[in-house]
Amino acid sequence: MNFLISMLNSLPGVAAEGLFYGIFALGVYITYKILDVADLTVDASIVTGCAVTTICILYGVDPLMAVFVAFLVGMLAGALTGFFHTFLKIPAILAGILSQFSLYTINMIIMGLQSHLEENSTSNALIPMSPTAYASVSDFALIVSSRDKTSAMIVGFIFVAVIIALLYWFFGTEFGCSLRATGANPKMARAQGINTSFATVFGLMFSNGFVALAGGLLAQYTGGSNITFGAGAIVIGLASVVIGDVLCNAIFKKGANFAVKLTFVVIGSLIYSLIKRFVINVGLDTNFLKLISAVIVAIFLSAPNFKTKSARKGAKKGA
Amino acid sequence: MLELKNVCKTFYAGTVNERVALNDVSLTLNDGDVVTIIGGNGAGKSTLLNMVSGTLPVDAGQVLIDGVDITNYPEHKRAKFLGRVFQDPMTGTAASMGIDENLALALRRGKRRGLGWGITKKERAEFCERLSEFGLGLETRITAKVGLLSGGQRQVLTLLMATLKKPKLLLLDEHTAALDPKTAKLVLEATDKIIRENNLTAMMITHNMNDAITYGNRLIMMMDGRIIYDVSGEEKKSLTVPDLLKKFEEYSGGSFSNDRMMLSK
Repeated sequence: MNFLISMLNSLPGVAAEGLFYGIFALGVYITYKILDVADLTVDASIVTGCAVTTICILYGVDPLMAVFVAFLVGMLAGALTGFFHTFLKIPAILAGILSQFSLYTINMIIMGLQSHLEENSTSNALIPMSPTAYASVSDFALIVSSRDKTSAMIVGFIFVAVIIALLYWFFGTEFGCSLRATGANPKMARAQGINTSFATVFGLMFSNGFVALAGGLLAQYTGGSNITFGAGAIVIGLASVVIGDVLCNAIFKKGANFAVKLTFVVIGSLIYSLIKRFVINVGLDTNFLKLISAVIVAIFLSAPNFKTKSARKGAKKGA
Repeated sequence: MLELKNVCKTFYAGTVNERVALNDVSLTLNDGDVVTIIGGNGAGKSTLLNMVSGTLPVDAGQVLIDGVDITNYPEHKRAKFLGRVFQDPMTGTAASMGIDENLALALRRGKRRGLGWGITKKERAEFCERLSEFGLGLETRITAKVGLLSGGQRQVLTLLMATLKKPKLLLLDEHTAALDPKTAKLVLEATDKIIRENNLTAMMITHNMNDAITYGNRLIMMMDGRIIYDVSGEEKKSLTVPDLLKKFEEYSGGSFSNDRMMLSK
């Protein structure tokens, strides 16, 4: 009973976090599902989003504006991966890892910028670095904070709704369609005059923009940013995407509208948050989450394969 | 309209697997030429088309369309001049997108793709009308995913996509080879109809000598990366399959018995 009550009490927080990570998952969806590229940049670009937002706020930028600045910087991170992948012809996974590595340093430098604000800074480093940066809601008018989970949930919902509408519109445009074609069949796309390199770079930029934006919201929600924050984030994103996808296909057997599919990505993220909260409330160490996440992703990714295998076996028996 | 000047292409140059695919090939197509291309495996037919489409860069030589040197144009930039249908029905269409969406992508070939709608209601109605001409019933399932279509249906769709915006040159790379004979005939007839109605210039690779003789006004035979026989007009009309085999024998000498296997009647 106590357990149930504590789960119920944590629901607004679960929803808020699930929605913020839902935006992150939408970014992952753009590369993983639409462009057919597994982009590992996101592990670092989400931290870039956190860092940029926190530092912007510390420097007095409006917290809402700070999130948009994070979006733009996130796009630059995506452009870096795109440059590695299309211009230098490095395979996508490796390109993402290289970006991730570069961004680690860049994130440290961004967070190091806070040292210029300290009046009696003792640091005499040429380029100051920092693994953390904090901006508390007591000092700044943050748009979301874990201290008010209900309003964080509402803000998260508004962001998600606007972003889904934006993506729905964008992927219906001529340019958006060329991105979809690039992911679906690059040979055909080029034969129809689509610059697939440009489409890939833009898709990576767009994706990492949303990832960084999610980072910006999460930074405000948790009151700061931390260099270790993004480690393994791609798995959380993938978990949300595959949980949402499997659910969506189960409910809409004839294929769903694009906006519905996007909504299910966010639903996937909400379910993931719920599982995470469940693990914590049960009393397990949060470090178990990574193993659990990996298992969830593996199960959901392999489920469609097992389905066809058993169907084939059944058909054989019938014959 | 199309001019190839001394085009060379070698694969795996400098290795034991070195293979000369095109050896100093020059070719000029006139407006309205419909050229069928025959030759054994490895003769350089597909490479020739890939040089035109820009799928692969040339090692040496020049490619011109209507006097414009497109040798250094990337594939997507050349697409505005070209309509292409591939051997593999999977290649020409995006399986996860609708029939209408595929056609809408093709309609915008060579145009800047901005933030206008990717497809409009008016266009969809037009697509239905164009599709109905083929009598495959595709117009009744215009929003269906292309992945659900058969190989023949996909080739017809690719053909329509290639010619929806009139291309300067239509490239057909053995586009009926992966289909069953009945479907192949249907697709070939559809191709012929589209070429005639739109007065297209086209290059068609085929393994079928009868088709090579029946269709088009000009025939090219390739061997070992060279054009060994180029015939058009009345002379082509009077060609027969034995004539072609004889020609083939003349040029190939000893290797004939091997290569003949590759050229089905």
